[in-house]
Amino acid sequence: MIQEKALIFELSHPGRIAYSLPELDVPELEAESLIPAAMLRSETAALPEVYEVDVIRHYTELSRRNFGVDNGFYPLGSCTMKYNPKVNEDVARYPGFAKIHPYQPEESIQGALELMYQLQQDLAGLTGMDAVTLQPAAGAHGEWTGLMMIRAYHESRGEFRDKVIVPDSSHGTNPASASVAGLKTITIPSTDKGLVDLEALRAAVGSDTAALMLTNPNTLGLFEEQIQEIAAIVHEAGGLLYYDGANSNAIMGITRPGDMGFDVVHLNLHKTMSTPHGGGGPGAGPVGVKNLLVPFLPLPLVSKKEDGMYTLEGGSESSIGRVKAYYGNFGILVRAYAYMRSYGPEGLRRVSECAVLNANYMMKRLEPYYDIPYPGVCKHEFVMSGTPLKQYGVRTLDVAKRLLDFGYHPPTIYFPLNVDECMMIEPTETESKDTLDAFIDTMIQIAKEAEEQPELLLNAPYGTPVTRLDETTAARKPVLNCACS
Amino acid sequence: MKHRYLPMTEQDQQEMLKTVGANSIEDLFKDIPEEIRFKGELPVSKRLDEYALTTYLSALAAKNANTDQYPSFLGAGLYDHHIPSVINHVVSRSEFYTAYTPYQPEISQGELQAIFEFQSYICELTGMAVANASMYDGATALAEAGSLASAATKRTKLVVSAAVHPESRQVLHTYARGLGLDIVEVGTHNGVTDMAELAQAVSDDTAAVLVQNPNFFGSVEDLAAIGGLIHNHKGLMVVSANPLSLGLLEAPGRLGADIVVGDAQPLGIAASFGGPTCGFFAVSQEHMRRIPGRIVGQTVDRNGKRGFVLTLQAREQHIRREKATSNICSNQALLALCASVYLSVMGKQGLIEVGRLNLQKSHYAAGQLAKLPGVTLPHASPFFNEFVIKLPAGTSVADVNAKLLKQGFLGGYDLGRAYPELEGHMLVAVTERRTKEQIDQFVSLLEGCL
Repeated sequence: MIQEKALIFELSHPGRIAYSLPELDVPELEAESLIPAAMLRSETAALPEVYEVDVIRHYTELSRRNFGVDNGFYPLGSCTMKYNPKVNEDVARYPGFAKIHPYQPEESIQGALELMYQLQQDLAGLTGMDAVTLQPAAGAHGEWTGLMMIRAYHESRGEFRDKVIVPDSSHGTNPASASVAGLKTITIPSTDKGLVDLEALRAAVGSDTAALMLTNPNTLGLFEEQIQEIAAIVHEAGGLLYYDGANSNAIMGITRPGDMGFDVVHLNLHKTMSTPHGGGGPGAGPVGVKNLLVPFLPLPLVSKKEDGMYTLEGGSESSIGRVKAYYGNFGILVRAYAYMRSYGPEGLRRVSECAVLNANYMMKRLEPYYDIPYPGVCKHEFVMSGTPLKQYGVRTLDVAKRLLDFGYHPPTIYFPLNVDECMMIEPTETESKDTLDAFIDTMIQIAKEAEEQPELLLNAPYGTPVTRLDETTAARKPVLNCACS
Repeated sequence: MKHRYLPMTEQDQQEMLKTVGANSIEDLFKDIPEEIRFKGELPVSKRLDEYALTTYLSALAAKNANTDQYPSFLGAGLYDHHIPSVINHVVSRSEFYTAYTPYQPEISQGELQAIFEFQSYICELTGMAVANASMYDGATALAEAGSLASAATKRTKLVVSAAVHPESRQVLHTYARGLGLDIVEVGTHNGVTDMAELAQAVSDDTAAVLVQNPNFFGSVEDLAAIGGLIHNHKGLMVVSANPLSLGLLEAPGRLGADIVVGDAQPLGIAASFGGPTCGFFAVSQEHMRRIPGRIVGQTVDRNGKRGFVLTLQAREQHIRREKATSNICSNQALLALCASVYLSVMGKQGLIEVGRLNLQKSHYAAGQLAKLPGVTLPHASPFFNEFVIKLPAGTSVADVNAKLLKQGFLGGYDLGRAYPELEGHMLVAVTERRTKEQIDQFVSLLEGCL
């Protein structure tokens, strides 16, 4: 059995240090003479006392208990876990990018502003939009930013529209972002083909419709073929179309949200543009808009002056304001720009072609062994259902846990909500046929195990640092910190 | 086309198409109507090979003045602290940085434990009971704190001090418009929140008072007094704290804070032109189930062994959808790891020591600057590592900073940018990275600019 890992606090030995700080080279004054005693710390913060080797071994050991794309195949649907190029990590760490302050005089940050300007242009070109803000820090933040602009747009026209329509297969952030923007959500069902139900949409739209939020291809991996009609229905009702860019990896250079009729789009640079997920962030969620929403873009925007200098000055009085401190997650923008330049126009299209072929290949090969609720052609991802395994007492969760023993990160499970025992598989373009074949063979083997030795799945995983964890107790009797002091 | 990140060969493609039953890749896109297919070449920048890319980006980076080459006296929310070498080595472990949110705990114990330790660090520093896994930044964390306070008190009025970071207040205003909250701003006196004005503004319909400590001017607020005032009206006190100051300054939790937020950038995170940094969010026990974002909890596995999982997920968007406490999903996990490693490196003694260096050096610098003819320190309030100077009448801070830049220094923040009444005032930050020699040089260069 693998040993329990100590907390950093448990490694503490009074007297050890891991820091190296400059000597005090100015005359010292009594702290109490500078700050009233009541404002000074009354009890020393109980931080650990360790030396540098402890620190390195501790975090190295933690990293060994973690699984990233560099460890193996990570077909986590809707998350686009593609390879994170190493050169992008290098360039983001250039001192001229990493060690600059947003309030420096503009003449001393021209390189950073130029990069942001170019990225704004490239993302606008990629999505078919008229202008892009790089401010939002993540996809959900971009959704909220876009919805705030939509709300401001309607208000500017003297219209009160507070309903956001989302399909039942949408990401949970869509309705949550609508709430934070002060809008109400109407959820409409999908058809049995997994697409937007036009009749339900027609019934839902009206004079109170602010927007329809749509992911296309949707979370089932299906392209909404009737997108033009959907756009017409929403626009005729006076609403706007919001594109959730989480699934953009399927369509680069093939079709653009702007050409489909969308008015607002956010992209997840930490998905489509390969910036690393970092174990949960940072991301970046730039938002592109059509001309009608340009006056409402958040501040600041990077623009180019007549003399060729880049500036953050200016902006519209109707702007929704500021959505984040400073200028977005700049370090992520650098990585994304390096990624786009590494491919260029032709390469980005090829990325989507490979991502889509990989997904279709996997779906086809797995079809005889698992239930594929929406057969036919998928885009960059597809869903399977684990319902046929229920007869053996096995659930999708058990399949996921068994995959861990074979060195794979499982697919997204139990999402979207409209598919029972759902597994959502997104291979991405950076995985080879050999990798896909090996994973498929494993999935086939697991399906056989489910039939022949279901207990093998029910008790999985076996080779991981811990076995299945008691999540119920964790939520009922929360222990959320080590209470070290 | 061939590309180093794309493994699909012509032969692979043919075999895979055959399995799929398609003649060409084009067949896989037949469901996209012809009229909306993109034709021609995408209007994006041309492709660069790896060498050309690094050459080009190096040249762009070189157009920026970086703080390794330009001693910086600029703070205003982002500080030029020493970043221990080990941090970059830890966060460059790709098991950390190439992982997603830890949805599969059995193979994500490293990240989960790291977040649990981050939560523990934040609770210890702030004196609060519960902390989450991180927020986008300090500004959005403050706005979410306003949202939580409103939900918890069922009141819609927020009172915010003008001494809170101007951009945090702007973000708060944007969120407030979305959520239908009213914001009342209270002015300052002597560099701190004006207590008389605050007492006027706060009433029984106030959800919370939001202050920053040390505040935007660097001054230390009287949190105990502010907390007493709002608690008399059964509202909450939200404090946005500089975590690096908390080795020296009292934990806000001990001074009555109900919610403590802030930006962990001073804890070993590069300024990076303002992002990515790392917001943190901590609350007292009673608000545990209203906290936004990811939270990690300790539990046991089937063998009784300690382990960690994402928990209290019934608050979150993927479960609750429109009823979630926030829409946040991706956060700033990797930067939270930076902050954790920083605190592990600094430890009990180091955090006190770095606080001492900041306090002493900034006071030395303030003393030297005050000796310059026509330069004054307009505030008498205590400060930590940042303070305001008033330049002689008619002096433009922007002009002074332009001259300093030419001499290889980054001057302080021009307060006139955000506070019209403070034209001619500069906000000066002095961290442990500034030597006495640099401070003396800065003082003499500044004198030359006047």
